[in-house]
Amino acid sequence: MGEIFENYDVLAAFGMTLYLTVFAAIGSLLLGTVLAVMRVSPVGVLRRLGSFYINTVRNTPLTLILLFCILGAFYILKLEFTPASSPTWVRDNGIRWAIVGLAVYHAAFVCEALRSGVNTVPAGQAEAARSIGLTFAQSMREVILPQAFRGAIAPLGSVLIALTKNTTVASIIGVAEASGLMKVIIENQTASVTVFLVFALGFVILTLPVGILFTALSRRLAVKR
Amino acid sequence: MSAPSVLFDAPGPRARARHRVLTGFGVLLGAGGLGLVLWKFQQAGQLDGELWTRLVLSGDVWTEYVVPGLLKTLQAAAVSIAFAMVFGLVFGMGRLSQLAPVRSFCGVVVEFFRAVPVLLMMYFAFGVYAVNNVFGVDFNAFYGVVTGLTLYNGSVIAELVRSGVHQLPKGQAEAGLSIGLSPGQVLRSVELPQALTAMLPALVGQLVVILKDSALGTAITYPSCCSRLVTRARRTRRPSRRSSSPRSSSSCSTTG
Repeated sequence: MGEIFENYDVLAAFGMTLYLTVFAAIGSLLLGTVLAVMRVSPVGVLRRLGSFYINTVRNTPLTLILLFCILGAFYILKLEFTPASSPTWVRDNGIRWAIVGLAVYHAAFVCEALRSGVNTVPAGQAEAARSIGLTFAQSMREVILPQAFRGAIAPLGSVLIALTKNTTVASIIGVAEASGLMKVIIENQTASVTVFLVFALGFVILTLPVGILFTALSRRLAVKR
Repeated sequence: MSAPSVLFDAPGPRARARHRVLTGFGVLLGAGGLGLVLWKFQQAGQLDGELWTRLVLSGDVWTEYVVPGLLKTLQAAAVSIAFAMVFGLVFGMGRLSQLAPVRSFCGVVVEFFRAVPVLLMMYFAFGVYAVNNVFGVDFNAFYGVVTGLTLYNGSVIAELVRSGVHQLPKGQAEAGLSIGLSPGQVLRSVELPQALTAMLPALVGQLVVILKDSALGTAITYPSCCSRLVTRARRTRRPSRRSSSPRSSSSCSTTG
């Protein structure tokens, strides 16, 4: 068993999982915030665009989104992040398209988490913001969103945990992250429970502290009312 | 803050002008996005009539790929749903058991499978089945998908059962105990029926997740709708120049 883990770089594979998680989380947080603002905005067209995006993306399997990114957008439409002259062209584009796909998919869930956060803000706050003459954008920026983020920390934490686990789907499009390495080991060496437990434990180590941290944060940062 | 209207006033003249600009921006965003997609498709030759007639008119795309793929997706989802419900009920009740060892064992199992990615379990289950050829060549991938989906979603359902029972008023269990039912009887005949009704919306949501996640079977060669269409798209691409059908992806999304 020891030599298996000497021959395969398990830590590097989990590093890739972490890399995908961090960048997809940043992307989905930005996109999700924009979508959440669109969905509560006074402009009907933006509201409908936001709902259309959420309903479409949330009801599509992540597998399909990532496969479209790599087969459709990359191979057929030739949308590339690095020029084909680069020696690690396929690998880099695979990783970046995986990040884009993950961000696009999880933005829908971030948006729903933020909307639940907006619902925790008492109506009086919004009414006070309106009564001192703030516009929608101002009241969002200064009053609603800061409180909404603090109220949405627990659901945002669950989205982040789901994102960490969903990075495994990137192995389907050939990104060398943890579950992909486990597949290789199982195919080439042995389908032993130990291999599975090592990788499962890796994911538990990645997700457990996030869960504890976000629960603690949601208690500490919740707006006291 | 239930209605969004709390967030903004009835617009005055200046706000109306601003909203008109934003509406224009929104229309531009939607139309521009659609236009960009169509333009890119056009550039890559994806709008060629030949690709689309082949999809719509030729029977074999439907009889060989789409319909069998859909059936396989539904099969895997249906079997997984049945097993996951059983798994969830058993372990959910286990977590509410009076016996501390049973309780902690079920707790560890449920928390472990909830923390591990579905795909990791599928890879492992499929690896074990394939190496030992447990279910025969035709069924190893199928049971790999079913195992992964059952363990993960069963654990989620177990948590739903537990939280559903915990949310019931305490008086329900106390009333049951006071008329002489054992704790097990209270759980089965008083608490569970009410908890199951209360958790129905969340349960249906989880069943949808099972259906969506069956697309992960692509990774372990299970011929679900998704992987069938990818195969089909790859075959289409080879003979003609750059012509995988984009439609294959979008028609596949109807399963999700």
